[in-house]
Amino acid sequence: MTQNTPQDNKALTLKLVVMTLAMFGFGFALVPLYSVFCEITGIRSAIVETDASQVIETPDIDREVTIEFVANRIAGAAWEFEPSVTKMKVHPGKLYSTTFFARNLLDRPITGLATPDIKPAAANKYFQKTECFCFTEQKFGASESRDMPVRFIIDPELPEHVDTVTLSYTFYSQTELASAAR
Amino acid sequence: MSQVDTHSHTDHHDDHHDHGPAKGLKRWLFTTNHKDIGTMYLIFSLVMFMTGGAMAMVIRAELFQPGLQLVEPGFFNQMTTMHALIMVFGAVMPATVGLANWMIPIMIGAPDMALPRMNNWSFWILPFAFTMLLSTLIMPGGGPAGGWTMYPPLIQQTGVALPFLIFAIHMMGVSSIMGAINIVVTIMNMRAPGMTLLKMPLFVWTWLITAYLLVAVMPVLAGGVTMLLTDQYFGTTFFNAAGGGDPVMFQHIFWFFGHPEVYIMILPAFGIISEIIPTFSRKPLFGYESMVYATASIAFLSFIVWAHHMFTVGMPIAGQLFFMFSTMMIAVPTGVKVFNWISTMWRGAMTFETPMLFSLAFVFLFTIGGFSGLMLAIAPADFQYHDTYFVVAHFHYVLVPGAVFAIMAGVYYWLPKWTGNMYDETLGKVHFWMSTIFVNVLFFPQHFLGLAGMPRRIPDYATQFADFNMISSIGGFGFGLSQLLFIYVVIKCAKGGVKATDKVWDEPRGLEWTLSSPPPYHSFSVAPEIK
Repeated sequence: MTQNTPQDNKALTLKLVVMTLAMFGFGFALVPLYSVFCEITGIRSAIVETDASQVIETPDIDREVTIEFVANRIAGAAWEFEPSVTKMKVHPGKLYSTTFFARNLLDRPITGLATPDIKPAAANKYFQKTECFCFTEQKFGASESRDMPVRFIIDPELPEHVDTVTLSYTFYSQTELASAAR
Repeated sequence: MSQVDTHSHTDHHDDHHDHGPAKGLKRWLFTTNHKDIGTMYLIFSLVMFMTGGAMAMVIRAELFQPGLQLVEPGFFNQMTTMHALIMVFGAVMPATVGLANWMIPIMIGAPDMALPRMNNWSFWILPFAFTMLLSTLIMPGGGPAGGWTMYPPLIQQTGVALPFLIFAIHMMGVSSIMGAINIVVTIMNMRAPGMTLLKMPLFVWTWLITAYLLVAVMPVLAGGVTMLLTDQYFGTTFFNAAGGGDPVMFQHIFWFFGHPEVYIMILPAFGIISEIIPTFSRKPLFGYESMVYATASIAFLSFIVWAHHMFTVGMPIAGQLFFMFSTMMIAVPTGVKVFNWISTMWRGAMTFETPMLFSLAFVFLFTIGGFSGLMLAIAPADFQYHDTYFVVAHFHYVLVPGAVFAIMAGVYYWLPKWTGNMYDETLGKVHFWMSTIFVNVLFFPQHFLGLAGMPRRIPDYATQFADFNMISSIGGFGFGLSQLLFIYVVIKCAKGGVKATDKVWDEPRGLEWTLSSPPPYHSFSVAPEIK
């Protein structure tokens, strides 16, 4: 063992500094990795549009699943936002549509974005949306209100033990997002 | 081997070495000497231990009775948050780094740390980091109060203190990463001839592994808190669902750092205990190699168990099972260690000086903390225990009679070597017994409180929890006061006392005991030969 050769120290120090920087980068790499992991495993509902032309309706009329609709706003938001129906009984394999109502309470135009969540998580990959207001930004004029459509089909492969699925949306306005960031 | 007297200017080969410490404040500001820096780390850690301890006293005083008596709930939450940050980053970590600075060079026969200037820098960042952190308490809106885990969105309600908290954490991170790099380079490049890796003392081994953990996870924490900062001030949405982020992701990033962090605090403690028990059992450490492999296994496993801190976030069953079983697997190498310590004592000629008493208490009480950890690892049971005082009892058992007792054991063990004087054995034993009795009075009832459903981080509680909280608070005050005795014993020893021999103890093993007590300012200028 040679003692304290400056070159050795420099080389090892450099390696450790590189390792430190790599781990700092890894911290940030966890962000996309996390999203990919959640989507692959179906933990989080992907905002993925199912192509309507690909959907073949094979209704399972012997089975009935309850779909609950929930609308959330973040506290203090200048929105009205609610589902037009809160509950629906559906047959897997059949296309249904419903709407969510939103009103801009401000006297200036705003842009909103909805993020969906499906519970139980096990139902995530069987809940297919062929049309949804969550796919795009929703622009509202001053005090404008409208019904926003959702078309969906429950995959008949939905596990037997799931008899109720809750679809909830949280509606954010991009303005609030900007102000939340201060 | 050269045993150079501090004041003799003879026996030196290297002319540009100065031969003794500089005088006055400059000695401490500009020192690159591992012994000086180790001393500063240890003193700093003691100051922080008393600061964080004072906050714990505020917490226990408020919880002495149900109802709000002494402090506002907001201030109470600042106390719990700051107590944790100060104890983790200010007390336990600098104490183990201080011990590493003092002991690693003289344990491996090196003249100093490999990167002495960086060593000075990594210490002197700390006082600034903690001044900044503590200054948040007098800012408008007060200090951070969202818990030391800093979960968004709650932590983002912190007022102007938030950037100060984040930059303080960045500085602590920079300090500990530099310290860790220094330790790795020292151990890899500076060992005396013949000191192969598997001849290194176990304290050196545990620190080598700890240093790698630090390099691997402190940057991840730095990244996580940087994301909090940019979310708050620069409009990013890492943890904001409105912009496609997810607050739960912060918990994953935090605990990817946080779980290895608990081993960063405990592995050096394992090393200290592995030095002390053989000395006072007068037997070599049982199963040296298995100790090394167990330490490495614990370090590896610490990277794949983080989500057991967050079983209740709504994880799939498969995830819960994975993290539950991987967590339980850690009990295997930890068990190897505990059994090795016990086997070391088996049929040894044991004596019970203060360092040994603290080590024995460590083995016993740390194991209790380990077992409550196993209970928490059971995912279905964790839903009951999560965020209750049971968790508080668990991590205080592994950190106080665990890490802190081991550090104190190490201080008593090496204090005669550092100062050249024996500490007062009677007072040391009084300190031990008071600490051990009160630490159990303090934390044991918290298990019952947690199982009965008392949540953590609350300033007030339902009256059915009153009795156990009062007992716990009494234990808290007793434990706090006992530590004043510790300070007295250390100062008394530093000022004088019975002169210590070079060996100090009966049959200690290791190069540090071949040096004089106190060791010369520059030791091992010529490397010792290891057979």
